[in-house]
Amino acid sequence: MSRHSPFHERTAALCTSYRWKEWAGYHAVCSYDTSVEREYFAFRHAAGLLDASPLIKYDVRGPDAAAYLSRLSVRRIDKLAVGRVVYCCWVDDRGHVIDDGTIARLDEDAYRVTTGEPELWWLEQNRRGYDVSVEETTHRYGVLALQGPSSGAILSAVTGTDLTGLRYFGLTSARLADRDVLVSRTGYTGDLGYEVWVEAEHALPVWDTLMTEGRAYGIVPAGLDALDVTRIEAGYLLLGIDYKSAPRCLIDAQKSSPYEIGLGWMVQLDREPFIGQAALRAEKERGSEWALVGLDVSWTALEALYERHGLPPSLATHAWRTAAPLYDGKRQIGQATSGTWSPTLKRNLALATVRRGYDRVGTRIEIETTVEYRRHTIPATVVDRPFFDPERRRS
Amino acid sequence: MAHYDAIIIGGGHNGLVSAAVLAKAGRKVLVLERRHVLGGAAVTEEIYPGFKYSVCSYVVSLLRPEIIRELQLPRFGLEILPLDCSFLPLPDGRSLARWGDAERTRAEVSKFSARDAERASQFGHAMVRMGQLVRPILKMVPPSPGSMNPSQLLDLLQLGRRFQGLGPEGLALATKMMTMSAADFLDEWFESEALKAPMSVSGIIGTFQGVRSPGTAYVLLHHYMGEIDGAYRSWGFAKGGTGAISNAIADSARHFGAEIRTEAPIGRVRIEGGKATGVILENGDEIAANVVVSGVDPHRTFLGLVGEEHLDPDLVKRIRRFKMRGSSGKVNLALDRAPSFTCRPGDGPHIRGDIAIAPSIDYLERAYDQAKYGEFSTRPYLNVVIPSLTDPSVAPPGKHVMSCFVQYAPYRIKEGPEHWPEKREAFGDTVVDTLEEYIPDIRDIILHRQVLSPWDLEQEFGLTEGNIFHGELSLEQLFFLRPTADWSRYRTPVRHLWMCGSGTHPGGGIMGAPGWLAAREMLRAGGV
Repeated sequence: MSRHSPFHERTAALCTSYRWKEWAGYHAVCSYDTSVEREYFAFRHAAGLLDASPLIKYDVRGPDAAAYLSRLSVRRIDKLAVGRVVYCCWVDDRGHVIDDGTIARLDEDAYRVTTGEPELWWLEQNRRGYDVSVEETTHRYGVLALQGPSSGAILSAVTGTDLTGLRYFGLTSARLADRDVLVSRTGYTGDLGYEVWVEAEHALPVWDTLMTEGRAYGIVPAGLDALDVTRIEAGYLLLGIDYKSAPRCLIDAQKSSPYEIGLGWMVQLDREPFIGQAALRAEKERGSEWALVGLDVSWTALEALYERHGLPPSLATHAWRTAAPLYDGKRQIGQATSGTWSPTLKRNLALATVRRGYDRVGTRIEIETTVEYRRHTIPATVVDRPFFDPERRRS
Repeated sequence: MAHYDAIIIGGGHNGLVSAAVLAKAGRKVLVLERRHVLGGAAVTEEIYPGFKYSVCSYVVSLLRPEIIRELQLPRFGLEILPLDCSFLPLPDGRSLARWGDAERTRAEVSKFSARDAERASQFGHAMVRMGQLVRPILKMVPPSPGSMNPSQLLDLLQLGRRFQGLGPEGLALATKMMTMSAADFLDEWFESEALKAPMSVSGIIGTFQGVRSPGTAYVLLHHYMGEIDGAYRSWGFAKGGTGAISNAIADSARHFGAEIRTEAPIGRVRIEGGKATGVILENGDEIAANVVVSGVDPHRTFLGLVGEEHLDPDLVKRIRRFKMRGSSGKVNLALDRAPSFTCRPGDGPHIRGDIAIAPSIDYLERAYDQAKYGEFSTRPYLNVVIPSLTDPSVAPPGKHVMSCFVQYAPYRIKEGPEHWPEKREAFGDTVVDTLEEYIPDIRDIILHRQVLSPWDLEQEFGLTEGNIFHGELSLEQLFFLRPTADWSRYRTPVRHLWMCGSGTHPGGGIMGAPGWLAAREMLRAGGV
């Protein structure tokens, strides 16, 4: 049975669609309205408020915390300054990705790690020899993602602090509704956005204050469906969908290295030993079998295909995550793992894993699509990720 | 002397689309705009400090997705927020909100008529079928019906096939759509006034006709297309107001190399030996170009910039007959707080879309009656939007801008159009009086009011007779008849002079299609 988030009282009252799903053992709202549009556009044009409390959290403390996390991660953590957050992934000995998430440096010897799946076993397993403690704190905090162009103005107003100066991936403490909160300039929408961390017992007043004060700035409570559209526009991966967690795979073919899922940029090979180092070095030298790419699926071709059936073109209003095969002629060369119609870009987007050689921007391939129960293929082009990258995300 | 491949007259959104398409194809392009801001009628101006009005056009109707993609408009700042609701407040305290979500709409409509609630989805299906017929037309350069040119014949043949493919029932429906009035057509489907009245107004926006005038049913379809476009549906607000669309297109055009000048009013098109060779600015400067492309309306293009002396008298006659007849005005308000309607209080999602003051078919027809005899309606049809509820960037926090499209406001009032300035404020009062019946405290929350009569639209924005679509969107002025038979393919009798504005197919609204089709036709034809 799923748990209630500390904001449940408020989210449940607003969720008129009754559309919920399970997220890491919690009830989570898919969309408050039956339609996802209003929430999506809040993320892109004003501010969407998403209950992200189910995010799995571990607090890592102790004098060796920096060294310990550096050994675990594909990028250096010991250089991370207090008040900074970093996006990271973790691999096993063979260089296969276990999970991805963020690491925030709260203090000299204190870090907070977030993951997509529960990874305590792994954090514990590798703790030997380090003077650190690892504690799961998922249930102790409520987390609200406030994302969108007006998120900075709202948070500045409710905290009485100018947070617009908080840099991308920065972290600061603040007072909100007379409670201590942490505010990080992070998110999963590819837009200007923040996450607010509050102790669970103080969750409701924080929600109420944000909703009341945010009204003038167009705040809208938003669910996971809207988030899914924005994260694909931003080109962000989803564990379990766009790649699989290595220890949860039954066969090797399901596993991926960071290089194969577009996270090669974060791998820092030349440093103290870290888990997976040798395997990753070897892969870098020999080249990877697979690559993760962004696809622009031809709208003109889709429209023409529907037209042949005498139908107007139609697309799901939600992002999809039922994989579709990709072809070069008759040869299957990969799969699109998730995708969406981008209401902002007016383009039909997908994230895909393709064989080496098909990952160059501009490469034309074909994607399977079904119209009236019949299978067809239509052209798709490899394009740059992120698909949508407003300046305000980093500025 | 500077020489360009193409000079575009007018920096309205269609002119800018043409400029961007031509520049992207490698042509040297210059856009000349008379005003200090770009956008023509798609313009955002901060008339009152802190409040950004979409001064004229206020929603994006059918901005073509292919234009958005090809010109990379999101990269240049274009963001469109769809309208999720159409709200109808009624004076008797009832109200109807129609939502993007069909089930919610059904529940709302069934308060008025259970039968209508069920019929709505069937009506939707019928419109989808009709939309299938019209959609390709919107993307096509109109073929001349008498043409023997093979590619045009092919287009005509394909059109014929589409009609044939409709079957007897579909053909009957199509014929009805093209001949009936909006009110009669809707009568065949629905019984409740609360549904019919706000739907029927789509048939009359921007025309000098009433909801009971034959031929208005067809325009319903154009409106409906925006709604049934599903995933790529495009009725919405542009973030930052409609001027943001023009600016995004302008930035795209500049990115591809086009040059754009404002405050550069043009006196004449330079015509030598029956050919357009450039333009002569009001200040006397001459700029040469291979082609000149007019984004302004047909009246202004032919009777103003070209001049009758260069035209066949028969064409002059036809252009004079091309119906401009502005019938609407605009009132923009800055509000101290969000308005609250008596019939459904609060600033909930019901007022975040468009709001129609159109309580009944009779109300609308009475509004037209007054206009027929040269008066503005004392109780006009209003189409109200409050974009700041969705896009907080257009007003200070907690404050709002309210845009009211007002019909009827005939250009030719009985005293004569030049007397509009004396009537302007009385006209504005009428709008506020009308609103007050639904929002009792509206007067207390108005911080600033801007009133635009059709006369103002003509003087300030160059829209002849204040017609917002560069000529009525009535059947006899559409497709291969826009603006006249023989000259519906963006060409003009003056060689190297082209048209790309809303006065050409497929017409007005922030669609971009005329500019897009015109530029592509020029590139296809060569010479630019």
